[in-house]
Amino acid sequence: MNILVCVRRVPDPAENEFRLNGPRTDLSRDDLVYSINEWDNYAVEEALQITSRLGGEVTVITAGGEDDEEILRRQLAMGAQRAVLVSDEAFVETDARGIAMALAAYAKKNHFDLILTGVQAESGGAQVGGMMAAMLDLPFASLVTSIEALEGNKLKVAREVAGGNKEISEMDLPCVLSIQTGINEPRYVGMRGIRQVASVEIPSMDVGALGIAAAELQPKVERAGYFTPVSGTGAEMLSGDRDDIVNELVERLKARGGIPA
Amino acid sequence: MGAPIPPAHALYCGVSGQFLFIAIPLIALCFFGWTIFRRLRPLFLALPDPRFDRPRERFALVLRNWLLQWKHPRYRLAGLLHIVIFLGFLVLSLRSLSLVLIGIFPGFDVQELLGHFTASYEYIKDYVATAVFAAVVVAAVRRVVFKPKRYQPRPGDTRNHTAEALTVLGLIAALMLSESAFGSGERAPAALTLAGGFRTVLTKLSVGSARSIRLYAYLVHEITFFAFLCFLPFGKHFHVLTSAFNIYLSKLDRGRVKPARWGIAEDQVDDLESLGVSTLQDFTWKHLLDFYSCADCGRCSDNCPAHAAGRPLSPRFLTIKARDACFEAFPVFGRSKNGASSTREFFSEDEIWSCTTCGACEEECPMQVEYIDKIVDLRRALVEDGAVPASLQKPLKALESRGNPFGKLEKRRADWTKSTATQPACEVKVLNKGAQAKTLFFVDSVSSYDDRIQRIARATAQILSASGEDFGILGPAEKDSGHDVRRFGEESLFQALRQQNSEAIRASGVTRIVAADPHALNALRHDYDGLPPVEHVSQFLWRQITSEKLHLRSGDDAGRVVAYHDPCYLGRHNQIYDEPRAVLDAIPGTKRVEMNRCRDRSFCCGGGGLMLNYEAPEKERIGSLRLKMACETGADTIVTACPFCLINLEDAIKVAGLESKMRVMDLTELVLEHMPSPTETPTPVTAAEPQTAMVH
Repeated sequence: MNILVCVRRVPDPAENEFRLNGPRTDLSRDDLVYSINEWDNYAVEEALQITSRLGGEVTVITAGGEDDEEILRRQLAMGAQRAVLVSDEAFVETDARGIAMALAAYAKKNHFDLILTGVQAESGGAQVGGMMAAMLDLPFASLVTSIEALEGNKLKVAREVAGGNKEISEMDLPCVLSIQTGINEPRYVGMRGIRQVASVEIPSMDVGALGIAAAELQPKVERAGYFTPVSGTGAEMLSGDRDDIVNELVERLKARGGIPA
Repeated sequence: MGAPIPPAHALYCGVSGQFLFIAIPLIALCFFGWTIFRRLRPLFLALPDPRFDRPRERFALVLRNWLLQWKHPRYRLAGLLHIVIFLGFLVLSLRSLSLVLIGIFPGFDVQELLGHFTASYEYIKDYVATAVFAAVVVAAVRRVVFKPKRYQPRPGDTRNHTAEALTVLGLIAALMLSESAFGSGERAPAALTLAGGFRTVLTKLSVGSARSIRLYAYLVHEITFFAFLCFLPFGKHFHVLTSAFNIYLSKLDRGRVKPARWGIAEDQVDDLESLGVSTLQDFTWKHLLDFYSCADCGRCSDNCPAHAAGRPLSPRFLTIKARDACFEAFPVFGRSKNGASSTREFFSEDEIWSCTTCGACEEECPMQVEYIDKIVDLRRALVEDGAVPASLQKPLKALESRGNPFGKLEKRRADWTKSTATQPACEVKVLNKGAQAKTLFFVDSVSSYDDRIQRIARATAQILSASGEDFGILGPAEKDSGHDVRRFGEESLFQALRQQNSEAIRASGVTRIVAADPHALNALRHDYDGLPPVEHVSQFLWRQITSEKLHLRSGDDAGRVVAYHDPCYLGRHNQIYDEPRAVLDAIPGTKRVEMNRCRDRSFCCGGGGLMLNYEAPEKERIGSLRLKMACETGADTIVTACPFCLINLEDAIKVAGLESKMRVMDLTELVLEHMPSPTETPTPVTAAEPQTAMVH
């Protein structure tokens, strides 16, 4: 089974202090370090596990700039066989639809049995997977928490639904799935592994090579700006000795349905 | 009594004695030789390990740990029994040899070998044989009646270990008895010995019967001796043959971790096809010899904090499982299974991650079996496979991108020097082109970023300032020392951190380094190369006190009873036991007590560095176990000299709800409370235009 996994490079909240830039149009990007988007990492791991069971290749793709190559390299070190960088100035301004368009164009030009995305990016709106599926006219499932291959080119897919329940569906391949965290335990990518793929050539293409006119990537959604929420009030510190605090907390959680009464 | 007939001239059921006593050794030695040949085979297929340097040190180790049995009395009774039996083996090996020779050359007399010493030897050996026999009886009673817990077989192991132990004790007893019975006819045996006893009994029999009994005793001795020899390489008694070699070849440098691959330059590690140990053949030959040499005595596991806490690790079983796998993959008869034995078949991942690398097992092992290097090599292979627990992946990634496991910003690394709502700023130079100093205070990550542990960094800086030391820190240029990154198997990441730190340290131009964190101390001393000398702040303090530059004053805590907890990387790995104690003893009004497990038998706090992030499956926290030991001393304060010990023990106090009865302090924190007032201290030597990390 050949699988395309769409990934994104994001600033990891665990390793950065976020501040807004002067005009509040973006984060201040001076001192940020980047990682692969956490959901995407689970998607790549899932793809690697599927191909190790069923054979086939995993291709990782990202749409962005030259700097984004580092996460593709990390995913190659993780075990992906191929990586593709769609790099274009046009992506700086575009929105989720533009990203989905570029990824869909690549998917259309190459044959994949399965396309995976993360449910969402740290900075995103959980839109790309669904849009890609629509553009490619493929079936789509979101928030996927398990994948099982069935006879006859079908998948059995579990989705997370409200209340911790699971919804099981059968889907025809090819299809698009957005992967939820926790579906697997992603493997560690060590520094040695990354160094070993340091000289692997990662093909880069612009949107022209995908047959998309830059004008089509004009955002439909205009970003108005960011703001930092004002610290709210209402947090209450319980006081007393430890047993009192614990008892009080248990009572309050019971009263609000947080734990069974 | 008639003169003894040489066994070679006797007939055994019509078979010539000489024929028998040539045939038995011949067959046995062929079998034994083949067994050893097969046992050596995996050692030749294993990875290289340079162990033939520094012969003086190695001979000294053999003298101390093998001949003098130095570590054995750490377990009083078992150690004593072992010393007696070991002494018996040494003394009686000559006797056994001469007995074998008598069987072949009837005219042989041990006098030819010993000359004038023959009589004394004959006299001594009778007592030794008797003592060995007595030791064997006590050992058997111990095994059968008292059943020490440390000999318990591994869950799921169906072999009867007691039966094996009794068989061996029985063989030794048979050797002693048969030797004494046979020997009772040669010369007049010493009084109150087995041989003497036999002589008394046998003289009551007819000359013919006594003669036959002695001749058959010789036969029993011959068969037992060679059966025992052939049996040795099949189990834990292999150590009888390998111990001297294993001790000679043991690791000489404490605190050091073996390189990723011996014989490969560290900067070429990235080019290796694989890293670490994932099959038996990935071990070095010495590590396989360790497996052979394990006597299964359980002292390692008895001292292992992970084992005590119920984690799925027992150093003893780590070795025994690997030895059994090695025996199975390379059987004495039949085909070897080359390369097929994946360590995953007998080691679980949790087992490998459970080790705190405290070194208690290695300290205790009479055979000098190594564990930490093997654990690190096994982890290297897990890292290679990506099989790293999720809880460790984030801190490792943060170390890669930010140089600390917390993902905090590099530019915040010196923030601990700044003033806060509760405390004034701490004036510390950040060493760079504009500011230089003689001494570098290497802070490391936890002391730089952790709210609680920053107090150790501040106390250290204040002590150094008050002592007039010209020192500075690297600030944002400092990265994590990588000590535990290396011990968790992420070799390449460690090397990257080391390179950045080494460059920064060399560029700073300092001539010596002080660390308050023993993990940093150990890394800079043993994992780095070509740095200025590194010392721990307790050594610095001790020097200040002994040279009378520092007089600690009494504080308002008179009557404080402190138990000093030896951090593993200060004590066992760097042999710094006395300096912190001497510093504590220099504080007026403080009483110091010792825990049962102290100094080289100190019990780990639960482990530092990345071990804080690993969620081990365990029944109880290691730190909680240590806290109980401290409470037993009646102390009201645990003083330690390592930030991680402080974290683990403070957590244990909170878990136990003992905040009002016990507290933990770092040595520097306690010393700071007893520093003389500023007017008594020498004026700090300040370099021109010091650049400080903060502005008042």
